[in-house]
Amino acid sequence: MEEFQASKPIYMQIVDKICQQIVRGDIKSGEKLPSVREMAIQSGVNPNTIQRTYSELERMEIVETRRGQGTFVTEANDRIVELKVKLQRDLIKGFVNNMIDLGFSKEEMLSGLKKYVEEEEI
Amino acid sequence: MIAFEHVTKRYGRDFALEDSTFSLERGKIYGLLGPNGSGKSTTLKMMAGLVFPTSGNVIINGKKADRKTAADVAYLSELDFFYPSFTVNDMLKYSASQFADFDRTRAEELLDFMKLDRKKKLKQLSKGNRGRLKLVISLARNTPVLLLDEPFSGLDPMVRASIVKGLLSYIDFEKQTVVIATHEIDEIEMLLDDVIAIQDGRILAIENVEELRETKGLSILEWMKQIFEP
Repeated sequence: MEEFQASKPIYMQIVDKICQQIVRGDIKSGEKLPSVREMAIQSGVNPNTIQRTYSELERMEIVETRRGQGTFVTEANDRIVELKVKLQRDLIKGFVNNMIDLGFSKEEMLSGLKKYVEEEEI
Repeated sequence: MIAFEHVTKRYGRDFALEDSTFSLERGKIYGLLGPNGSGKSTTLKMMAGLVFPTSGNVIINGKKADRKTAADVAYLSELDFFYPSFTVNDMLKYSASQFADFDRTRAEELLDFMKLDRKKKLKQLSKGNRGRLKLVISLARNTPVLLLDEPFSGLDPMVRASIVKGLLSYIDFEKQTVVIATHEIDEIEMLLDDVIAIQDGRILAIENVEELRETKGLSILEWMKQIFEP
């Protein structure tokens, strides 16, 4: 069973997790997602919650539900690239806001990030 | 599916439940949460038609709850089994003889799922396996209402996990209304649609779990800390 944060709806946490798996390529474009019930059992979560997760992913145009067949990851690769860019932006935004809170300037932020990436040999 | 209309239950001078009005929908899983002695078990027994209100009405599946309610309700008691010398198989046969809606095929499947030995006597089973068997028997019935009284109580984390998995695998989500009474919420938070908080025989609130997170940023545990009076 998985751990979830208290402050965020569970269905959104599962949306985030599936988005990450798609961006990383763990779930490929065109691939079929588990049925609502299977996914509920896998993650130990109420099926109504999983249904909401799938509806949200559909609204985001990341998956599509084909009648009688199930839910599939979009084959529109530009949509997945967009998603990847969006996830990156969200992370950068969080990082930048934290840096501003700590009182770092733009230059310090960038040089700090550059130094870290070089030192850690990422 | 389940409606309480101004239901009061008194034992002598004590209120087990006081003037409670609420209704529960089909196809949802409810957590009935409250400390020991809050009225959870009595509320569940009234839903099962095993205890009758002092005043007010309990309506189950459109009918006033009475002894016949057992036909519409699968009820997992917090108590242990009656017949220690029964084998697992005997227990299954007995349950099938008591309930017309008992699905033998599903029961067999559930026994395999829970890895229970059919030949073992109930008194030889570990507490965890007795807990699993109780769930098997409740889930093998085709009833619009499933009531579970403390299904996790005193069981280790492995058993708890297998019970959660069993529920997710075998509940009929479109049709069944499930009410789980417990004071341990860690295991079931992710399983629930709505939570009902009860204390001192009063229903304090009924909330949707995801809404609590979305609008108040609270998990059930945090919400309970706020809502229950010390």
